[in-house]
Amino acid sequence: MASKVIHALYIDDDVLMDAVKKVRAEHYHIEEVFTPFPVHGLDKAMGLPHTRLAITSFMYGCVGLTVAILMMNFIMIEDWPQDIGGKPSFSYLENMPAFVPIMFELTVFFAAHLMVITFYMRSRLWPFKEAENPDLRTTDDHFLMEVDAGNHDVDTLTSLLSDTGAVEIKVIDKEEDNH
Amino acid sequence: MYTLSNRLRLFSIILMVVGGIGLVSGFLTTPGTVEEVKEMMAAHDAHGGGHGESHAEESGHGNQNHGEAAADAHGGDEHYKHVLHQLQNKPWASLYVAAFFFFMIALGVLAFYAIQFAAQAGWSPVLFRVMEAITAYLVPGGIILFVILALSGFHVNHLFVWADPKVVEHDALIQGKSGWLNGTGFIIRAAIFLGGWLLYRHFAVKYSRLQDEDATGNKWYKKSFKISAGFLVFFIYTESMMSWDWIMSFDPHWFSTLFGWYVFASLFVSGITTIALITIYLKSKGYMEFVNNSHIHDLAKFMFGISIFWTYLWFSQFMLIWYSNIPEEVTYFITRIEDYKLPFFGMLAMNFIFPLLVLMNSDFKRVNWFVVMAGIVILCGHYIDVYNMVMPATVGESWFIGVSEISAVLLFLGLFLFVVFRALTKAPLLAKGNPYIEESKHFHY
Repeated sequence: MASKVIHALYIDDDVLMDAVKKVRAEHYHIEEVFTPFPVHGLDKAMGLPHTRLAITSFMYGCVGLTVAILMMNFIMIEDWPQDIGGKPSFSYLENMPAFVPIMFELTVFFAAHLMVITFYMRSRLWPFKEAENPDLRTTDDHFLMEVDAGNHDVDTLTSLLSDTGAVEIKVIDKEEDNH
Repeated sequence: MYTLSNRLRLFSIILMVVGGIGLVSGFLTTPGTVEEVKEMMAAHDAHGGGHGESHAEESGHGNQNHGEAAADAHGGDEHYKHVLHQLQNKPWASLYVAAFFFFMIALGVLAFYAIQFAAQAGWSPVLFRVMEAITAYLVPGGIILFVILALSGFHVNHLFVWADPKVVEHDALIQGKSGWLNGTGFIIRAAIFLGGWLLYRHFAVKYSRLQDEDATGNKWYKKSFKISAGFLVFFIYTESMMSWDWIMSFDPHWFSTLFGWYVFASLFVSGITTIALITIYLKSKGYMEFVNNSHIHDLAKFMFGISIFWTYLWFSQFMLIWYSNIPEEVTYFITRIEDYKLPFFGMLAMNFIFPLLVLMNSDFKRVNWFVVMAGIVILCGHYIDVYNMVMPATVGESWFIGVSEISAVLLFLGLFLFVVFRALTKAPLLAKGNPYIEESKHFHY
């Protein structure tokens, strides 16, 4: 089944922001906005939920810390007990200061790398992925708002969009894809 | 304009009076003779056990004062005499810790204020009047600290062992350092540090007020910018030397090359926390409607970040000394871990783990009561930090949080609140002439 979407192009981020607010105020559904650079506050204007990436980052950090502790305990205390700094106590806790830099680094390492990977997965980005943006100009100097036409009257919607300062409006019959 | 409420004025005066009375009684109840110490220790014989063993390890005061006697000191009168000296030091040391702690808050705010100007920060000008008011404490706080330092530097009390000619006579290490560590030089340096800081404070506040009256061409703002940049250069050198003089010289045998930074992190985070607390208080009273929760968020980010920075420096100092285990260095931490276990590790929990967990979440940094709660813990933690830096060398293992410690804190807290909130009434709460004031009002994250 095909669905109708409208592509409205803008050439200024401030105009785009106002347009997003107006379109949302009229209760149309904005599918996606494609921009050449991150527009500050656009996520709030579009009503997108707050990112949960920070929570995953905290959890990855905890995993990294745990890995560091278990790893250093195995390597330096259990498997091949080391005399650290002339203090042969062979206890993890008593030698902990020596392990703190590793604990810190692995926490950061895990948090940073896994967070980036999560971000790519969540944004559906991977090597050889075909670009999703419908218009090449959105990688240069244009902003594209994709509005779901749904059951709405296309003419009123296009006139609303041109009122908001869109420089170009296209009605697209979109084959239903499964993303 | 802010008006000082009678309740707050009364509250601060009561704090000062109660603190003053407590401190005087702290001075009066210190034992005068060895016999009194014996009676006191018999009363607290739970303490008795630990004293003998740890005596020999005592770093600053003990070893130098009774160096030759240390071998046969255990059990004899020498030990009680030693405890007597520590207990006589105790009210002085608690006075010193509290005086320095509140002074360092004001000094931290002054540095933060100068950085805002030098960086031409756009988010913070709405908070400038709060910062200016807090730095007003530098004047009385600095004078009091100067008097205490002068008394200590010329050996009226026994806080600094290097000031005692009898100790220096038998101590080759201190003799080698006496070119720097002597009463006259100590006082001259203190005068230069305090003079420079107060001078900057005076002109920065003056220019800020003048800029309000006449903003054309931003003439006064540009002057503020220039003196702030100059001050920061002066500050980072003098702050470092101040930390050697006023804190590190309590243990004159010991030294750490990052001590200046470590003390700086402490005073910086305490200062920023105090800005946040006073701003939130004023907002709760209906003032400063132009401060939004993004400003609080930014202050809380600084509280979080500088707490971690403090931990980084604390750990950098600790780990290297712990690892290399060189007797002359490691004695500093051995004293603290053996005699000050609770404050030493408690401070780490309060200054690192607590702010780390409470202020990590972005949303919590905008919730006022979270910031207040974290702020109070951070301030208490940094008081204990100063306590840990001063007490082991002055009162040794005879420490406890008693009347004189609490009274000294109350006394200076009362003075601090009185001076700061009175200074807030002196000018409008919005620095309206600042060229970035509109940007700051509309700041949102």
